[in-house]
Amino acid sequence: MTTLITGKDREETAGRPRMSPRRRRRISRGVQYAVFVVAVVVVGALADWQQLQEQFLDLSVAQRLFPELITVALLNTVVYTLTGFGVGLVLGLVVALMRLSSVAPYRWLAMAYIEFFRGLPALLIFIFVGVGVPLAFPGIVFPGETYGQVACALGLVSAAYMAETIRAGIQAVPRGQLEAARTLGMSHATAMRSIVIPQAFRIIVPPLTNEMVLLFKDSSLVLFLGVTLQQRELTKFGRDLASTTANTTPIFVAGLCYLLVTVPLGYLVRRLEARHAQAR
Amino acid sequence: MADMTAAIEIQGLHKSFGDVEVLRGIDFTVAPGEVVCVVGPSGSGKSTLLRCVNLLEEPTSGTVTVGGVDMTDPDIDLDAMRRRIGMVFQQFNLFPHLNVLDNLTIAQRRVLGRGREEAGRIARENLAKVGLADREDSFPSQLSGGQQQRVAIARALSMGPGLMLFDEPTSALDPELVGDVLGVMRTLADEGMTMMVVTHEMGFARDVADRVVFMDGGRVVEEGAPEDVLARPEHPRTQAFLARVLHPNAVQPEA
Repeated sequence: MTTLITGKDREETAGRPRMSPRRRRRISRGVQYAVFVVAVVVVGALADWQQLQEQFLDLSVAQRLFPELITVALLNTVVYTLTGFGVGLVLGLVVALMRLSSVAPYRWLAMAYIEFFRGLPALLIFIFVGVGVPLAFPGIVFPGETYGQVACALGLVSAAYMAETIRAGIQAVPRGQLEAARTLGMSHATAMRSIVIPQAFRIIVPPLTNEMVLLFKDSSLVLFLGVTLQQRELTKFGRDLASTTANTTPIFVAGLCYLLVTVPLGYLVRRLEARHAQAR
Repeated sequence: MADMTAAIEIQGLHKSFGDVEVLRGIDFTVAPGEVVCVVGPSGSGKSTLLRCVNLLEEPTSGTVTVGGVDMTDPDIDLDAMRRRIGMVFQQFNLFPHLNVLDNLTIAQRRVLGRGREEAGRIARENLAKVGLADREDSFPSQLSGGQQQRVAIARALSMGPGLMLFDEPTSALDPELVGDVLGVMRTLADEGMTMMVVTHEMGFARDVADRVVFMDGGRVVEEGAPEDVLARPEHPRTQAFLARVLHPNAVQPEA
């Protein structure tokens, strides 16, 4: 490219007393660092560290959270997430297969399901399952009561998202795979079950893990259902203890528990995606 | 197959994709034990013709009978018919999530109901036949294209087919790997397998085929013994095609 600059151009640019691009970049970067340092110093000087520590990280309050924080709250969060994920996965697979069905009404039904549950707030579904359904059908008992309600609500919502993920995964399996299976005499169902779907699930492990992270956070919506002390999950547990101790530490610690799970899972997703990209 | 029933008999076959008519009336037979090579320019419909034999493509009109059974009859058990028709694809289409042995046994077990041991024994026989007895634990991604295609042939043979279809089996291979695959096909032909091969390998067609079929524009233009069709083609379109394929450096710009 330098050959495109004629001697005359070079003289003109060099003649002006302007900064070279390199010098300008260096100054710009210096300014950004300076702003950052100033901001840290100002925050550090203005913050009432004593107050912050007492409110957010009061160790005596934190100690009182154990062991229920782990044995009840975190455990319940995990149980709600996994049961919801299980229901969502099975339902999502069914909806995905309906979405790909050659029977048109199945496709319409699957589309309607997906649009319906993706278009509503998860909280509304929770209230519907937790409050609306028992009101409408007073005799109804969910298996596992609250656990069943939560699994149902989380499953209904996540199935809509997972159905689209699974459908995309199935369609990402090359057509030749189905053809090869069919030419070996497999029926469509056998070919899907033993050839296409196993490959589709390999493709969608990263997005499904991502969905699990979302579910893990959405399990906090249990807050809006009436649950017993033994059914509390992290968010409700943190809120209740914040009230009783008049301190923010329980909420802060509950938040840390979420991050303890979501950050490693997020890291895992990126690792899986990188490995998948390599394998292609 | 000692009787006179044709292995493949195609009558008045038409196939359209939307407005595009790919096959415009094909009449064609393959006798039991015969090796037929189908050649022709790309877009001539030869792959579609092959895919109509096992009904991967549904004919628009006409009949396709295999071993005396009308494949286009909606009441036949198509899966049962396909078990008897092996097919090898240009892109191999091995199952990437299964190792070589499982690639060869999965259909035997799920479709033919063979036990693990019997399926494994038949798979190993066929792997040995294609010269890959030592690769049964490998995954397809660990094999070269030529090895993958030989595994694909062994997979088809494991079902004990009476007829093999090959859809440009060497077109996706690096030139130095073509020979191994053609060698396996040649052995198969020598053993008396009925084969229908869509190929660009004129050397293979000349040496192995009992009959060569030249297709262009969705029709069979010329067919006969390879020494006639390939060496002394009668039709000008066959002559032009062969001139281009056999002497690619001497091609004249089209008038």
